[in-house]
This record gives sequence, C-alpha cells and structure tokens, in this order.
Amino acid sequence: MTTTPLVEARGLTKRYPVRTRTGKRILTAVDAVDIAVAAGQIVAVVGESGCGKSTTGRLLLALERPSEGTVTLQGRDLNRLSAAELRRSRRDIQPIFQDPYDSLNGRMRIRQILSEPARVHGIDPAKARSVHDLLDLVNLSPDYAERYPHELSGGQRQRVAIARAIALDPKFVVCDEAVSALDVSVQAQVVNLLRRLQRELGLAYLFISHDLALVRYLAHETAVMYLGKIVEQGPTETLFTDPRHPYTQLLLAAVPRPHLGSRLRRAEAAVAMGDLPSPLDRPAGCVFSTRCPLADDRCRTEEPALRPVGNGRTAACHYAETADVAA
Amino acid sequence: MNDMLLDVRDLRVSFGPGKDAVTGLTLRARRGETVALVGESGCGKTLSALALAGLQPREAAVSGSAELGGVQLLGRTERQLRRIRGNLVSMVFQDASTALNPLMTVGAQIEEVMAIHGTHDRRARRKRSVELLAAVGVPDAANRARSHPHQLSGGMRQRVMIAIALAGSPDLVIADEPTTALDVTVQAQVLALLRESTRDAAVLFITHDMGVVAEIADQVVVMYAGTVVESGPIAEVLERPHHPYTAALLASVPDPDVPQAGELPTIPGRVPPLGERDAGCPFRDRCPKSQDRCRERPPLGPVAGGESAVACWYPEHGEGSSRTVEEATR
Repeated sequence: MTTTPLVEARGLTKRYPVRTRTGKRILTAVDAVDIAVAAGQIVAVVGESGCGKSTTGRLLLALERPSEGTVTLQGRDLNRLSAAELRRSRRDIQPIFQDPYDSLNGRMRIRQILSEPARVHGIDPAKARSVHDLLDLVNLSPDYAERYPHELSGGQRQRVAIARAIALDPKFVVCDEAVSALDVSVQAQVVNLLRRLQRELGLAYLFISHDLALVRYLAHETAVMYLGKIVEQGPTETLFTDPRHPYTQLLLAAVPRPHLGSRLRRAEAAVAMGDLPSPLDRPAGCVFSTRCPLADDRCRTEEPALRPVGNGRTAACHYAETADVAA
Repeated sequence: MNDMLLDVRDLRVSFGPGKDAVTGLTLRARRGETVALVGESGCGKTLSALALAGLQPREAAVSGSAELGGVQLLGRTERQLRRIRGNLVSMVFQDASTALNPLMTVGAQIEEVMAIHGTHDRRARRKRSVELLAAVGVPDAANRARSHPHQLSGGMRQRVMIAIALAGSPDLVIADEPTTALDVTVQAQVLALLRESTRDAAVLFITHDMGVVAEIADQVVVMYAGTVVESGPIAEVLERPHHPYTAALLASVPDPDVPQAGELPTIPGRVPPLGERDAGCPFRDRCPKSQDRCRERPPLGPVAGGESAVACWYPEHGEGSSRTVEEATR
C-alpha cells in the first residue's frame, strides 16, 4: 500500500434542494464522507438504496460538485482544476454503470463506441489501444467490432462498457452496480473479468454494490454507508467476520444465502430492521438509532463519531466494542 | 380432487415450427406450498408463468394441461380468463413502478380488483383495501391508501402489488422476480410477508437467485432452454443437486460466509436461443460431463434414493453433501 492514496475524498458532503409538500428542504445525500482508494486497490461501498453510495461514486468521478469537502486524484483537487485540466484528468477516472442497455449508444457500432474515448480526448488513434486489443482484453471476438449494441446479450454489452472504460488506460474505475443486472452465471464471468483487469492493468476500483457476497469476494476494503454517512469501514475480511456496527451486523444477517438454515435468522434480522427513514428526516443523534435494537437515550441525542475500533476498522457506534445484534 | 391444488402437465409454448420456447413443463403444488421456477434469462420461466395466466403473446401456441383446484386454466377465452385472473390466479411482477397505474391511488387499485370480482359495496371495499395494506406491512395504511405509486418507496410499492395480488383471495399467486429490484433488507421482509400471506394459496415463484430460492421455496423446478432439467424438494436440490446445470448455478454464486480465493466458477457459453435447439440435451455444449450419448435428449426421471427428478444421462451424486453414493442410492 502506498502512503498517498490514488483517490481521496475528505469531508465529502453533497446537499440537494428538494421540494416537498411542506416547502423547500435540503436533502443531505452524502455527509462528511472520508474515503481513500490506493492504486491497484478495490474499495467497496455498500448500503441500502438511498444511502448515498451512488452519489459518492458520482462525486469521485467529478460528475457532480461537492457542497463541501474535496476529492483529490494523485493529490490534485478535481474541483479546483481548470476545465482543460479536468478534461485531461477524466482519462484517469472512468465509470461502469449498472445498465449496459442505457449506457451504450444504440446507433453506434461497437467499433465506434470503443474508439470514441480516444477521439473525444484528441488522442492519436495509432497511440491508443486498438479496438481489436480492447475486445480481446474483455474476451470478445473481433467480429463484434462491426455489430450494434442491440445485437449483443446483456453480458456482452457489459463487456463492451468495460472495454470502453479501460480504453484510455485509466487508473481509477467506479463500478456502480456494474454486474447487478446480469444473470448469475454471466455475472460470475464479468466479475472474474473485472478482477483479472484490475490485476493485469493495476486498476483501482470503487465497487458500489448491494451484493455483499460479491463485495466479500472482490474488495480489499469496505465502507458501509447509511443515510449519507459511513458507519463502518475497514479491511473486508475483518468487517465480514467481525462486524462492529449493529447496522453492518444486521445487513450481513439479511443477505440471502444459497443454503437452508438461514431462513429464520434472515427474517428476524429484517424484521428487526424495520424501514429506512427518509433521508429528509434523518434521526437526531446516531443516524441508525431509529432501527437499532441497542439504541438508548445516548444514541438518540449524541451522534457517535467514526472512531478506530481495532484491527484497522473504524465504526460510528457508541457501543461498537460490545455490539452483537444478529447472533 | 387430489391434494394437489396446482397440477401443470406437459405445458408447451411454441412460436411456430422449430421455435418451441417451452417444451414440457410439469409441476405440482399443494395449498400453502411455494414452487420456485429457476433458471437463466431465456430459459422459458416467465413465458411459462404468463401462459398459466393466459397472458402469453398472441402469436404463441399453448398446449398441455394446467388445473387449479380442478379448473382448467389453459385454452380459455378472454372472457373466461377475466374471471380467472385476480380471482383464481394473480401475478406479482418484478417492477412495481411500471406494473402499478401511476394515475390511480394505490387504495383505488386494490379496490378495483374487488369491484371486478364482485364486492359491490364501496365502503366494504375501502375498508378491506386498508386492511390489506396494513396486512402487507404498509404503515399508516389509511393515509397511504390515498398515495400515488410515485410517493412510495420501492419496497412499499412491491407491498402494494402483493396487496393487489391478494385482494381477490386467489388460489394461485404467480410471483415473477418480485424481490429482484429490492435491497436485501427489504427483500427479506417482502419474502417473509409473501410466505405468511399465501398460506391458503399455491405460489409459483420465478427467480434466478438461489439465495431467494433457499429462503422461500418448498419445491424447486430448474428450467433450461425451455425444458425442466431437475425438480425436487428444496433441501435435496440445494444440498444434492443432480443436474450439472443446477450444480453450476449453485457454484457460481459466492457465499458471503466463506472467503473465496481464485476465480468464481462460471458456466461457459450461453443458453441456446430459440431456433438453435435440437433433439439432444440442451445443456450439452456447456456441460463439463457431456458425452456422445448427450446428443439424445435425456428424459426427466426419478433419481435413485431421492425424491427429485432429473433429466441427465450422467447425474451428479452428492455434490456438496456429506452423503456417500451408497447412502444416496440405498
């Protein structure tokens, strides 16, 4: 691991004005998030819909400007760059989105889709990776170059989206639910591909997913988000074997498992969770206090700081050392 | 009447010569039982379910038999189907945001089902719709009944769909990937709800997620390229899959409880599309155990020493199980 991370977010906050029946209000989608991704490392962000994981990804891609905080790529603040400098930096940061049906232009042949990044960035095609090489890297035969996206299956389209993302040799790729829409057998193929490319090309990923089994398989580090905040963060293995935040514990217990015997545990965990509060009405004190079986008066008034809880983890819970809600 | 509520025999759906999308689905379910229909995209699960509800595309020819409590579901006129749907058979779809009517309040959409099926007292309908919403775990149901779909979260919309599906007290609930778009926490809640609220019905649950299958199913039917390759009780299929395809499907899902090194096991190739299917075993091009004999279609037959049926000349024995071959065949 290097001392300066490749990508680093500090105090990252994003607020959106929203209109509700009771008038204009502010929705805090991401709240003071610190996250760092080292070169060649996979960091996962997990959490339920609306927890701010995709917004965090968009902020790291500089697709949105933070309300507060900074995003740096190799020490350079992306939001202080000139338009030209930012454009240059975009070669190094690339997204792969969930839906390969929406993210590929249906009127372009695969050849055009894959040569567009070089064209947009004014790179001599002779110096860029060839379409043939790119297809080869993602295990697609060269014949696909002349086809249109609609002629491809979902798994093949996602391979094309991956090939486009790596066309300019980026350093950092944000995968936002990149394999969630695929059938299980195809999903395993694409996951293997992502892992192989990460190793062979030395890529770093921010892997945004709700699939905790995949996260355990792929990620070196994992951050758990809840209502815009990171509630627990640490090395993936430690986090999965000894989660310290009650939310992480319940989330892990709620994961469907392909064998019998987890039914009761899962249902109990889910019922214990109840419903996610609206991000517009974030609870006072600890954000998880309305759903936490351990919550007491302290939790409802005093917000716990994200603090070290051993083994390289940080957790935002007053009772992180003893919490055990999903046994 | 035998104790099987749903009795589907040799269901076939064809789009013309050489385009047989479903080639013989047989499954049965008792009252209160959930049968999971499992397989990858394009294997015919959704088409089979649509055919049971008389919702198949116009150009599709459906044959076979599907009896629900002695009532034949197939070959019905649109007029007859209107009595069957909602009343005897109802469906829950994957995407509640497109399946619900955006212009109607959710309460009105539940009441509509009751109005069509003979509850003429408006106040009774209103009362019952609020009860149903409360029963599916929608908090503040009386107020929520006046909400439009866009005002609800994805999990709440899915609960509304289930409430609509239950409004006519159907005997068969067909659920097509009803939790695929939901968060794991909400998914667990919706599955628990579906399990509890369908004790008096048979449920046909379509999914490709083996974790969800383990959660909800009593029986599992694995489809591949339009045909059943394996069927049996949940414990047997999960712990001792007999068909190489079932085993491969189970292996390609990482386990959240176990660290896994190396590549994930995959199934090379793809499901043969319509028109490229022949008389042999449809899985043979992707199967690690395929041999010459597989050019001939293996029949779906009982496995030795188990309750499952498998369509394979060379079935697996005791994959992932501690049972020995000897015990399994005793």
